Amino acid sequence: MDGLNFQIPGGQVVGLLGPNGAGKSTTMKMLTSYLAPSSGKARICGHDVVENALESRRMLGYLPESNPLYTDMYVREYLLSVAAYYRLDQARNRVERMIEQTGLGPEAHKRIGQLSKGYRQRVGLAQALVHDPKVLILDEPTSGLDPNQLVGIRELIVGLASDKTVLLSTHIMQEVEAMCQRVMIIHQGRLVADDTMAALKAHAGRVRLELEWDQEPNWAALKQIPGIASVDPRDSRAAVVEAADEKDLRSVLFDWSVQEGLRVLRMEVPAGRNLEAVFRELTRTIPGGQAASSHQSKAS
Amino acid sequence: MWAVLRREWNGFLNSLVAYIAMVVFLLITGLFIWVFPDYSILEFGYAQLDQLFVIGPWVLMFLVPAVTMRFFSEEKRSGTAELLFTRPLSDWSIVTGKFLAGWALVAFSVLPTLCYVFALYMLAEPTGNIDSGGIAGSYLGLMLLGGVFVGIGTWASAVTDHPVVSFVLGVFVCFFMYAAFDSLRFLPLSNTTLLVLEQLGIGAHFESMSKGVIDFRDLVYFVTVTLFFFFWTRTNLQSRTW
Repeated sequence: MDGLNFQIPGGQVVGLLGPNGAGKSTTMKMLTSYLAPSSGKARICGHDVVENALESRRMLGYLPESNPLYTDMYVREYLLSVAAYYRLDQARNRVERMIEQTGLGPEAHKRIGQLSKGYRQRVGLAQALVHDPKVLILDEPTSGLDPNQLVGIRELIVGLASDKTVLLSTHIMQEVEAMCQRVMIIHQGRLVADDTMAALKAHAGRVRLELEWDQEPNWAALKQIPGIASVDPRDSRAAVVEAADEKDLRSVLFDWSVQEGLRVLRMEVPAGRNLEAVFRELTRTIPGGQAASSHQSKAS
Repeated sequence: MWAVLRREWNGFLNSLVAYIAMVVFLLITGLFIWVFPDYSILEFGYAQLDQLFVIGPWVLMFLVPAVTMRFFSEEKRSGTAELLFTRPLSDWSIVTGKFLAGWALVAFSVLPTLCYVFALYMLAEPTGNIDSGGIAGSYLGLMLLGGVFVGIGTWASAVTDHPVVSFVLGVFVCFFMYAAFDSLRFLPLSNTTLLVLEQLGIGAHFESMSKGVIDFRDLVYFVTVTLFFFFWTRTNLQSRTW
């Protein structure tokens, strides 16, 4: 990690994005004081993760990427054993409530090894939440789930974490859009973007349009239209047009097509592309950035 | 620490490891004490339990690493270590919890052999004419030796993420600590060196305890060796290189 510096106010849900190997998991492991940073400091609710590790760990719930569980334990037994680590009062009540909230009721008497992936993920969430932590750190909580389970887990996180500070990592853009108020993108251990969802979307700026005509347009003329940054033909009669700024080009393009005697068969803004475009743009390895990355210090 | 201990112990009970260890220990020592004619008390004619304390360490040498081999290696392998080490528990309390669970299992295996003591007590002529001091010392020695073995086994499970490697390593180090130092007397070394080397092994200290002499120095030896492996275990775990 290289000069990573951020602060998350209480109650915020923050998405941590980055390509594989960018340092998302390492950041989380340092925040949970599993790995010690070689330099720098981190505090959870005011407790330093190195000097005051036990206190800071008490404040947080953690779901590691692989969701490791003791597969030979029963769900209820496992959650009770986790509760014992935190010396909870009324651990039994708390565990029963967690089982209910995470929808594990029908599976609670089973061995964890017998559960489906979706239910295991629920157990993973339950163990992270059993002591009602203020901070929740979730490393790719929805990876490897089928679409139904994915929606279920997402709803669960949003529902259970309403009063908590959440840091979650993912590669799925829709997930960030659905759950997070703020996004941080890291690349090669550095923070390359840190903004609210709305601001980042605005930054995404450039409107892309997919167009299809009834015959081949005059490509050269199309590129000449003011406000168009690039034209990327998909076949002889379809193209992706990128605007130079945030201006809506739909009417301009429609009028142009009519003038040229073309019929527009299709014109749409590709859904969910915006953030992905930003993501790709920010995490592309810039040749000029190599000087900066050569003296970066990895803390792992 | 208690939470770790309890989880491990419940794991032993649920997976039947505890009962199997107890039965195996009871059975093997029982065979040697009562059945095999070369060793049997009934054939031998003296009301003493030496066989138990000769065979016991050898059985524990395999039993303890078999039980402890999963302690940390399995946690590392399955990734649960990452959760365990992010709980509000110090590394010490995790190691201590696991160690105590292993030691409790040794006690659980060894204590049922007290029925042999009772049988011997009844068989002795006249009844009750047994060396109770020697037997008590031997039991204490066996428990302390079990403690050292659990320490070694815990350490062995912390250095690798393969339970089988941990088992083999554990057995080897236990064997080395128990028997190898005694065998060094055949080396062409000065007498003082040999004496020091012998004192480094478990054998010499265990033997003096078996005689019923509870020497403070022997106690110190067992505690020191156990703590040594404790420290080493913690150092291994702190590196987090898995």
